[in-house]
Amino acid sequence: MKPKEEKVKIITEEFIEDREDADKGRQKKTVKVARQKGKKQLSAAGPKEMVSEKSHPDDQQEPVQEGSDTHLLGMTSRRGPRSLPPIPSASRTGFAEFSMRERMREKLQAARSKAESALLQEIPTPRPRRLRRPSEKELETEFGTEPGREVQRTQQEDDSQGFSRVKFHDSARKIKSKPPVPPGFPSAEEAYNFFTFNFDPEPEESEEKPKAKSRHGTNQEEEEGEEEEPPMQEGVNKMDEEELLDGGDTEHLLLGLDHAAEDFVAVRPAEYESVHIRLQMEKELLFIPSTLTVPTYKKLPENVQPRYPEDEGLYIGARLEVPRTNQNIMENRLLVQEPGRRWFGDDGRILALPNPIKPFPSRPPMLTQEQDIKAELETLYKKAVKYIHRSQHLIGSGDPPGHFQLDIDILGLIFTHHPCFSREHVLAAKLAQLYDQYLARRQRHKAQFLTDKKQQLSVKIHFSESMETAGCLHIPSQLQALRNAVQMGLNPAKTPKSLETTQKTINEYKSEIRQTRKLRDAEQEKDRTLLKTIIKVWKEMKSLREFQRFTNTPLKLVLRKEKVDQKADEEAYEAEIQAEISELLEEHMEEYEQKIEEYRRAQQQWKAWKKAQRAKKKKNKQAVEEHPDEMKEPDPGEEPVKPVPPEPTDRAVIEQQVRERAAQSRRRPGEPTLVPELSLAGNVTPNDQCPRVEVLRREDVKRRSLYLKVTFNNKEVSRTDSRPLGADFRVHFGQIFNLKIFNWPESLTLQVYETVGHSGTTLLAEVFLPIPETTVVSGRAPTEEVEFSSNQHVTLDHEGVGSGVPFSFEADGSNQLILMTSGKVSNSVAWAIGENGIPLIPPLSQQNIGFRSALKRADAISSIGTSGLTDMKKLAKWAAESKLDPNDPSNAPLMQLISVATSGESYIPDFFRLEQLQQEFNFVSDEELNRSKRFRLLGLRSQGVPEFRNYKQIPMYDREIMEKVFQDYEKRLRDRNVIETKDHIDTHRAIVAKYLQQVRESVINRFLIAKHHFLLSDLVVEEEVPNISILGLSLFKLAEQKRPLRPRRKGRKKVTAQNLSDGDIKLLVNVIRAYDIPVRKPTTSKFQQPSRSSRTFSEKHAASPTTPSATHSADYPLGQVLVRPFVEVSFQRTICHTTTAEGPNPSWNEELELPFRAPNGDYSTTSLQSVKDDVFINIFDEVLYDVLEDDRERGSGIHTRIERHWLGCVKIPFSTIYFQARIDGTFKINIPPVLLGYSKERSVIIERGFDAVRSLSEGSYITLFITLEPQLVPGESVREKFDSQEDEKLLQATEKFQAECALKFPNRQCLTRVVDISGKTVFITRYLKPLNPPQELLNTHPNNPQATAELVARYVSLIPFLPDTVSFAGICDLWSTSDQFLDLLAGDEEEHAVLLCNYFLSLGKKAWLVMGNAIPEIWFNIQQYDSPLRMNFDVTKPKLWKSFFSRRLPYPGLSSVQPEELIYQRTDKVAAAELQDRIEKILKEKIMDWRPRHLTRWNRYCTSTLRHFLPLLERNHGEDVEDDHRAELLKQLGDYRFSGFPLHMPYSEVKPLIEAVYSTGVHNTDAPNVEFALAVYIHPYPKNVLSVWIYVASLIRNR
Amino acid sequence: MAAAGPSVFLLMVNGQVESAQFPEYDDLYCKYCFVYGQDWAPTAGLEEGISQITSKSQDARRALVWNFPIDVTFKSTNPYGWPQIVLSVYGPDMFGNDVVRGYGAVHVPFSPGRHKKTIPMFVPESVSKLQKFTSWFMGRRPEYTDPKVVAQGEGREVTRVRSQGFVTLLFNVVTKDMRKLGYDTGPPDTQGVSGPSTPQGLSR
Repeated sequence: MKPKEEKVKIITEEFIEDREDADKGRQKKTVKVARQKGKKQLSAAGPKEMVSEKSHPDDQQEPVQEGSDTHLLGMTSRRGPRSLPPIPSASRTGFAEFSMRERMREKLQAARSKAESALLQEIPTPRPRRLRRPSEKELETEFGTEPGREVQRTQQEDDSQGFSRVKFHDSARKIKSKPPVPPGFPSAEEAYNFFTFNFDPEPEESEEKPKAKSRHGTNQEEEEGEEEEPPMQEGVNKMDEEELLDGGDTEHLLLGLDHAAEDFVAVRPAEYESVHIRLQMEKELLFIPSTLTVPTYKKLPENVQPRYPEDEGLYIGARLEVPRTNQNIMENRLLVQEPGRRWFGDDGRILALPNPIKPFPSRPPMLTQEQDIKAELETLYKKAVKYIHRSQHLIGSGDPPGHFQLDIDILGLIFTHHPCFSREHVLAAKLAQLYDQYLARRQRHKAQFLTDKKQQLSVKIHFSESMETAGCLHIPSQLQALRNAVQMGLNPAKTPKSLETTQKTINEYKSEIRQTRKLRDAEQEKDRTLLKTIIKVWKEMKSLREFQRFTNTPLKLVLRKEKVDQKADEEAYEAEIQAEISELLEEHMEEYEQKIEEYRRAQQQWKAWKKAQRAKKKKNKQAVEEHPDEMKEPDPGEEPVKPVPPEPTDRAVIEQQVRERAAQSRRRPGEPTLVPELSLAGNVTPNDQCPRVEVLRREDVKRRSLYLKVTFNNKEVSRTDSRPLGADFRVHFGQIFNLKIFNWPESLTLQVYETVGHSGTTLLAEVFLPIPETTVVSGRAPTEEVEFSSNQHVTLDHEGVGSGVPFSFEADGSNQLILMTSGKVSNSVAWAIGENGIPLIPPLSQQNIGFRSALKRADAISSIGTSGLTDMKKLAKWAAESKLDPNDPSNAPLMQLISVATSGESYIPDFFRLEQLQQEFNFVSDEELNRSKRFRLLGLRSQGVPEFRNYKQIPMYDREIMEKVFQDYEKRLRDRNVIETKDHIDTHRAIVAKYLQQVRESVINRFLIAKHHFLLSDLVVEEEVPNISILGLSLFKLAEQKRPLRPRRKGRKKVTAQNLSDGDIKLLVNVIRAYDIPVRKPTTSKFQQPSRSSRTFSEKHAASPTTPSATHSADYPLGQVLVRPFVEVSFQRTICHTTTAEGPNPSWNEELELPFRAPNGDYSTTSLQSVKDDVFINIFDEVLYDVLEDDRERGSGIHTRIERHWLGCVKIPFSTIYFQARIDGTFKINIPPVLLGYSKERSVIIERGFDAVRSLSEGSYITLFITLEPQLVPGESVREKFDSQEDEKLLQATEKFQAECALKFPNRQCLTRVVDISGKTVFITRYLKPLNPPQELLNTHPNNPQATAELVARYVSLIPFLPDTVSFAGICDLWSTSDQFLDLLAGDEEEHAVLLCNYFLSLGKKAWLVMGNAIPEIWFNIQQYDSPLRMNFDVTKPKLWKSFFSRRLPYPGLSSVQPEELIYQRTDKVAAAELQDRIEKILKEKIMDWRPRHLTRWNRYCTSTLRHFLPLLERNHGEDVEDDHRAELLKQLGDYRFSGFPLHMPYSEVKPLIEAVYSTGVHNTDAPNVEFALAVYIHPYPKNVLSVWIYVASLIRNR
Repeated sequence: MAAAGPSVFLLMVNGQVESAQFPEYDDLYCKYCFVYGQDWAPTAGLEEGISQITSKSQDARRALVWNFPIDVTFKSTNPYGWPQIVLSVYGPDMFGNDVVRGYGAVHVPFSPGRHKKTIPMFVPESVSKLQKFTSWFMGRRPEYTDPKVVAQGEGREVTRVRSQGFVTLLFNVVTKDMRKLGYDTGPPDTQGVSGPSTPQGLSR
């Protein structure tokens, strides 16, 4: 029910609102002024009750009442009705009771004031009443028929009731607010009601009657005012109905009629609730705090005055600005809600924090990410690091570096001499010094005496009593004591000791007494002289004062005489002397006895000796007779002197001595003891009584001031104030410095600085203070005076004596004195005591005895010096001396080092070892490293060993590494010096190959090192600053035709070889055309004349296109043309061929595409550079043969066999293509010298005389364009970064030259320096030097230089070609010298050219080396007669040739790198023959291998013929033998169709030979009855240069 | 264990080239590639990439955001040569030529987890003022022959560079079998090694 009810309420409120709006106007009219006033104080309680009573009469009453309670705000007057029993009627009446009074009063007022308005109200009433009628009807129908709509109905009820409620409430308010009118007093309203209303017939209590009446009156009134109410009541309650009926209104009757009529039509009025009701509802639910200012007393506890902290001086932050009204509202609210007042401060205001808002705007740093902010604002904590001086750090690093403190108290400074001293001062200082000495002596004596006495008392128990005399010196007393002791000791009765020991002690005592006496005498003498000097100085001073008539010093000496008892003194004196004499006597007696003893012994000895001597003499006499020369050997040293008996001492003499001495050194008896007393009581003469010089001096003194700097470890730590120098040359400082020290105190120095006026500061002296013992702590430290002196030389122009300059006291200047500035600093140095009473002393000093010594010992460097550290012996010595604690962990490394160093005492290594502690850092031992395959592999790889350099993914575990991996490497290492002949057929080549391999390795290694040197251009690409020409060019380009008529090939984009795989790269060969292909010769003309002229003639005919039929003979049944050539390109065993063209000058213009496969699929630059494959471009003639067996079928079918005949080839290494990116040009076809069945066509000029012209057309040519698709970036450009031994100047010149050349012709190669085989840069001309060609060659044509030259050239050409890039994979161009070249028997163009050039030079020809860029060909640069096209070789013309050496840089006469002479050894002919056989065998096998499906027959006869023929070819260099050869062949092999040719190659390895044979395609004949012939001939040239001829032929037997 | 033990460890890197800060430039794109040692091999993913062109954001941060993903997995037998990512940023200059705006490299983080790295970027400088002018004029700024130069230390002494801007990278790194192979990179975790305490206690 509850939610429903709530809903109801809410809706009610809504209606109220609606109603309110609608009613506003009406209300204004109807409601009286008083009522309006009351509205403000509306209470919700009353109406609530009404609502609950009427809508939910039974069950809802209590909760609602509870709810109304909560809304009560001090409506005490409502208590009564609420406590009433929940009978609706009763409550109603109860309520009416209260409202009655109000009503009465209201009416009274209203009647009184606004009678007219009441009358006016009457007028609008009927209209609404009429309006209301339908709703009444509706309600009634509802009530009867539609219980489902109860809610709505109740709402309506609520509506109306709510409305009435307002009224009631208002009336109730009236009651509350104003005292009720006395009941008996009828108001005007009452009166009015009485007459206008019908009264209830209800039996009511008499008292209540008027109330009821009045209630009804109100009802009536309300009905008049707001008409809706009465029907509501009807609808709800029967009782109400009754009441209403009782009210006696005709309306009700009418209602009943309406009801009957409109039974099922529900017409409802607009649901409406008046504003009053709504407000009342709100009042119930809402609390609206007042905006009025709350008086302060309400906010404070009772009887508390507000207290303002600001007035008391407390800081109160600025409060946030809050509008006053808001504050009031809050305060009011707080007061109501929380009566505890804890929200209010002492000042009666709400507690508030200070205003947190900054008065000025600021922007937080704009950072992208929070993380960044953190990172940037993060503070890094770093511990402060103490600076420790490198050599002075505290040894014992384990100790915490505590704070140690040294207190230096500088009391003052006294000058014992100063340049400003006057003479008097000098004397005074002297006097003072002497006096000090005197005092010190006295002090010491006294102290010593006391200690001595104590000692004596303790040691010698029998020491009777102290013999203290009046003497101030202790020694006499000691002496006395000793004497007594002796006497005691002599008395045996008193001493319990044995006689011997007594005697011994007595003797000891005696000797002691002697010593003491001597000491005493010396001391006494000193005392006396001191006293005398004091007196003397004083006298001098006095005289000086008198002389100069003023006094400078307040010194005054008083000699106090101490009277002595004359008699006693004399007695004592005499006694002393007597005692001494007796002692001396005693001594002398002893001595005498000793001497006597000695004498006796000596006497005896002497006597014995005498006796012996005598006996000897006798003997000698005899001996002399026998041996006269021995006689002269008496030992002179042996002869003892005859002892003299000692004289007994004389007492008188001794006494005399003693007395003399006593008189000299001791106070005479009776003489008074003089006690000097120095006092400062004297008066100093004031300035005005002094002479000028003295005044000057005094002023000078006044100008001087002094201060001291305290330096600790040679660093100034503090300094005293500057204090003026006193007139007494004393400076008082009285400052204490506390030094906190971290380093070892090594030195503590006070530097005395003197300032004269404002002129400057001079360092007078340094005073070295001893670092105190550890026992010396501050407070107990004695004040010490440390003397200092300065060696400065000062001469002053006043009375001051100066310093370091001689002066004299005497008037005549004699007896000069030189005094240096000196003085004393009184100070005390002590260790400070910490707060907790612990002395702040460095720890090491505590455990050692003396600080200074400890320091010395602890610091090795300070004790033996830095150099000593490296000397193990010294270090060990030092360690032993300083008694280092071996157990101290801080000494451990040192001890270890020393023990290691000293263990083998004699072992001191002579060598110096780097990284001697390396072993400690090794991560595993070397053996273990080697044993681990993984480590080994890693190591080898990092060393760049070729086998492993590119090894990827070295496995994790040793077990995963195959032993095999190392086998090759190990084998190679083993075989490094073993020559393997397996691969190479002749031993020499094997050696060379090995050598080449080694050179290659070393060069590669060097290169790898060099590769790590980078230039800027290696790393950064930046275009050069453009010059005019480039700019111009680019400008021209703008104007260039878009589609030129003759397009040129443009550079393509280069591809870095990284993402490539097999098949990505293609080799493009564009075969354009060929010239002068050999043409077939009619072989039928067996007996053709071999005369050249006729051949030429016939060829000429054949060449003419008009007569093709002339060459057609019966031998060519199919009527073929001269030649049908096609080109076959083979690369990496892939073969492509063009279509067949016709004629000797065919034009194919075809593009062939060959795939390129890099070795092992590795497309890295280095790998590509080392591709050794060649591109073979072979030209074949396609020949058709009719194979028809039967002529009868000729008409119906064609049976031909295609044969192809090899005509020639061009071989281009892949590396050339790779490096040059494209090859575009016409190349000479390498046509075998003998091409059976073919002949050269002479098309140009028949005349054979013109050699020059002929040479142009000699041979056949083919035009090719070869490139790679896509274009690969060639390897890094050649860079000469190698060391050079050339002159620096020359190198610079070369660079300049190159730069200049490059500037002019950027595309041209300019070489000035080349890299030799050892990787050093060498100036190029060093390679050129006349070298002797092999003698054999020279001998061949002794009279024909031309022939010789050709022969030499041929010889050079026979040396195999091997590009550098292949041998030294992608490194650089290396030039080997000619001897190296010949040794290697391989090299590229440079080597060939150089060698040739050198040969020509040797032959006396003028030769140059021309560098070009081409496929490897050797240019016969014999410039006299073979001029390469279009080039002027006249180097004398400076316009055309730029000379490197000019006047500015004359040719320095560079020595050649070439050897003086080449030595050629003859090649072993036997070996060559052997090789020849082997090659032949291999080739034959190969051919059979290439023909796996066919039987390969060898025609032996033909082979032998060919074999005979080959040497002939060699002899004629392959020229002009064809016809003879052909004739011969024809003769011998008459019925064979023969096609074959000799191949000529320089020999390097077998493999190229095989390749060459393969490329000719001889084996590709499918004819069934084909036979083969193969012959090999090797012609040896000197130096193992071999010329290989291979004659391959296929024979087909003619039918 | 011994037989079944792994012989390689895997390093999976994913993440992205998030953004850049190049206060002076706009419309940039970036390329990345990885540089790694001989014992490393990519097993999956792209080791090179080129991003879209991005313009500066309009807010105050002026960030150039690419959010260009990186996802690559390497396998290796040796931590030596740990992969580095090399970034190079390009963008048009005043005349519209694409010029390099920065090179930078950083090692892929060693420890597994999420790492955010901000790399300072730099470009090589021209050797001379004149060169600088012409390169500016021609739109051919100095560049490295290979961006991978920035991942190597060798030869860098010959170059002069200027800093410009930062690139922020996010890496999520996952490794596999590193610990089994004896390389400890991450914070101590107990997963790799079979803890002796709990399993034993449980079994008893």
